Amino acid sequence: MTAPPGDVGVGVGHLYVHLPFCAHRCGYCDFVTLVGRPEQHARYVDALLGELELERSFLREPLDTIFFGGGTPTFTEPAALRGLLEALPSASEVTIEANPETVTPELAKLLVGRGVTRVSLGVQTFQPRLLEVLERRAQPDDVRRAVYHLRDAQIDNISLDLIYGIPGQEPSDLERDLDEALALEPDHLSCYELEAKPGTRFTHAYGDELARQGEAMEGYFERVVERLVAAGYRWYETANFCRPERRSRHNLGYWLGRDYLGLGIGAVTTVAGLRWRNAPSLGGYLGAIEDGRAPARELEPIDASTRSRERLMLGLRLDEPVPFVDVAGAVNAEALLRLERLRLVERPPGGLILTRRGRFLGGAVTVELLKESLEMATL
Amino acid sequence: MSLDRIRNFSIVAHIDHGKSTLADRILEVTDTLTAREMREQVLDTMDLERERGITIKAQAVRVEWKGHQLNLIDTPGHVDFTYEVSRALQACEGALLVVDAAQGIEAQTLANAYLAIENDLEIVPVVNKIDLPQADPDSTAAEVAELVGDDPERVLRISAKTGEGVEAVLDALVERIPAPGGDPEAPARALVFDSSYDQYRGVVAFVRVVDGSFRPRERLRAMAQGTRFEPEELGFFSPDRVPTASLEAGEVGYVMTGLKDVSRLRVGDTLTSQERPAGQALPGYKDVKPTVFAGLFPTESDDYPELRDALERLKLSDASLFYEPETSRALGFGFRCGFLGLLHMEIVRERLEREFDLDLLVTAPNVAYRVITQAGEELEVHNPAEFSREFERVEEPFIRATTIVPKEYVGTVMELNNERRGQFDHMEYLSESRVLLIYDLPLAEIVYDYYDQLKSRTKGYASFDYDVTGFQEGALVRVDILLASDPVDALSLIVHREFAYDRGRALVERLRQEIPRQMFDVPIQAAIGTRIIARETIKARRKDVLAKCYGGDISRKRKLLERQKKGKKRMKQVGTVEIPQEAFLAVLDLNGERRS
Repeated sequence: MTAPPGDVGVGVGHLYVHLPFCAHRCGYCDFVTLVGRPEQHARYVDALLGELELERSFLREPLDTIFFGGGTPTFTEPAALRGLLEALPSASEVTIEANPETVTPELAKLLVGRGVTRVSLGVQTFQPRLLEVLERRAQPDDVRRAVYHLRDAQIDNISLDLIYGIPGQEPSDLERDLDEALALEPDHLSCYELEAKPGTRFTHAYGDELARQGEAMEGYFERVVERLVAAGYRWYETANFCRPERRSRHNLGYWLGRDYLGLGIGAVTTVAGLRWRNAPSLGGYLGAIEDGRAPARELEPIDASTRSRERLMLGLRLDEPVPFVDVAGAVNAEALLRLERLRLVERPPGGLILTRRGRFLGGAVTVELLKESLEMATL
Repeated sequence: MSLDRIRNFSIVAHIDHGKSTLADRILEVTDTLTAREMREQVLDTMDLERERGITIKAQAVRVEWKGHQLNLIDTPGHVDFTYEVSRALQACEGALLVVDAAQGIEAQTLANAYLAIENDLEIVPVVNKIDLPQADPDSTAAEVAELVGDDPERVLRISAKTGEGVEAVLDALVERIPAPGGDPEAPARALVFDSSYDQYRGVVAFVRVVDGSFRPRERLRAMAQGTRFEPEELGFFSPDRVPTASLEAGEVGYVMTGLKDVSRLRVGDTLTSQERPAGQALPGYKDVKPTVFAGLFPTESDDYPELRDALERLKLSDASLFYEPETSRALGFGFRCGFLGLLHMEIVRERLEREFDLDLLVTAPNVAYRVITQAGEELEVHNPAEFSREFERVEEPFIRATTIVPKEYVGTVMELNNERRGQFDHMEYLSESRVLLIYDLPLAEIVYDYYDQLKSRTKGYASFDYDVTGFQEGALVRVDILLASDPVDALSLIVHREFAYDRGRALVERLRQEIPRQMFDVPIQAAIGTRIIARETIKARRKDVLAKCYGGDISRKRKLLERQKKGKKRMKQVGTVEIPQEAFLAVLDLNGERRS
């Protein structure tokens, strides 16, 4: 196995912690989530800390970033959540995902008092009827309240998640969502197109409708970019926008190909050319950790060629060039020339970057750029 | 066996009228096969034949009936193989004409009955499927009797399925069909009426001995082609090969030639002894020419050598297959292949895909044009790409088309034939309700979607057959298709000037539907020379990117993109445009809706 360049020997600076519990599973969700189970939250948190001890030698402390993803991390029993926040190493950026209806003044205080610097709110839309389609429990007022509570608690780095392309969403709905979101003056916005992922309840119910309206909604992404850029946000990643100096440093770690350690069920780690994914079973995870063993994991070596393909795929999502040396092995030279001629790709000195139009077609451009390789033949 | 104890016959019928079932039943009634050994369509050995219920290669099987040797020569029933049928009929003295009691006479019944009559065969008419509830044996018998000029009382009524009347058929064969002529003492002559290829033993000739006799290890010569060989074995089919010490005048059997290439022994040739050769070959040999051409390209260009090998091997058992290397700007290296007709093309393609496991792209078929240059030179053009504009005149092949329909569809068929540049010849009533229509049509007009149109417009009632009759001058032009301003040679078509505009417009519209949107606008144009006659634009995609790509699960996203990359291999990159395979067939189906 070829050791990748980067943080080997220096230690891993990015930690992901998976908190899978939710009050309710939304129809479109395909993450590893568990509904309810308050009695197991504390035990799960203990197991997270147990897994941390097993892998701690990889880490470089203090950490650069920690990210609590879910599930609904803020749905975790407050005592358990507090215990977890207190036990983890410190980091200069600590993000937690939250559903608006879970954010109370008490919670905001708990978070800020234990090192959380950034909150990512799952807003999705401000239109009640579309919230219903998505099976979201928060109402538009909950979002506003949540933002005020967080600001009152001195959290000054708030990100809002929006979803567009919801069945039944009219262009005017999108405009209103953008208006409402901008009115809250968030530091960061993530705007995702709704994906009908195979096997979800949602796809079963709305898949055909989504396929039908696909073409009509093609312009939504353009509209999102236009509006947010006009409002002064930086389109720094395909689906992410920020005010100056407010990029998500944790996610930037993934996009720049850095190593990261993931804790919890379903969590993924990439360290020194090896990637593993913890099995999603809660019982299996708890049992293993309580026995002092690592949980069941799916291992995948990331060799130099795979790594450069990933660097290409992720690096081209950013508004800064990816260093050409990092991706040269994955790029088909002929395709590169073709795409340059089509003004979809540009080559600033030593780098590779998508043009504005190229970014809208980023997936197709990456597929085109990728060189055929032996590793891919096994798919 | 003495000549007067031998009867040679074939069975002719329209498709699905029960020819193969009757053959099966004859094998059973004569104890050639026990019921246990029977499986449906014993004589159709290729998987393809059994699946499609058709006979592609002729077969010959010997059965014993009341002290007589009966040789059944099973013929292909389809128009594409008319030459094979005519050779097989030449090997017989009689024919069973089988007609479905519920369907009555159909186009192939006629075509085959006329062939049998032309070959001076004694026709034994049989009405089959009398057990069907909708059967009308009396009126069908009357139709058949009228056709062959016989007494309706002499038309046999049977059910091949239940076996009813099959023994009477065998008796009638012995009584009515003349014993073979021929001179047992004359120098040996045998007609090659078909051949097959045995992977280990080479070319197997199916022969009817006319004069003299043949023995193994006797040096032989094929009189038309001059091929010499020494047969390793002689025998007959029962229905498996049974070697014998000799094949005598009047008998039907096989000759293991030991030849390694089927093209060295063509159907219709005459075998004779090198030691004591006959003075004159048997009549009727001709070199059959392919009428329909199409480009065959491997989907994966790496498979070109496999395709070449497969065609070479297929040619060993199918002498009528023609192929030559073709290079297309759009599709790369492949072969331009010639076929006897559309069914033959379909069969070759299926055999290549099944027996050789190849993934093929077949271009829309076209006919062979005869181009007379300004210098007076005559060229045969198999490929629209080679069709230049510098010529004196062009001739295209014409067919005589026989269509039989219920009378309420006569107008419909006439309308279709007029749309296809058909020239009406005549029509006649076969019965009160069924009409026979004869048209002359350009072959090019039926290689597109003619069959489908005929079938759908007549609700499946029409039956259709044709003969290639010759060439006629036509006002033909080549319509080119340009994608993003680049001509795509594999999409060029040759059409009558009058239809050029409509076809060009329809094709451009179909391509707009078949070709996925690209990362840039793609104009599609149809042109005659430099004149653009139709234009459409495939609008560029505006968005194609994974919305969400965060979190540590990078492998899944990577694999998604890699799968897309692999998926793209099924597209053909032509210039800057990616074209799915289906687009190359769009030209075949211009009137149809897009398959969704």
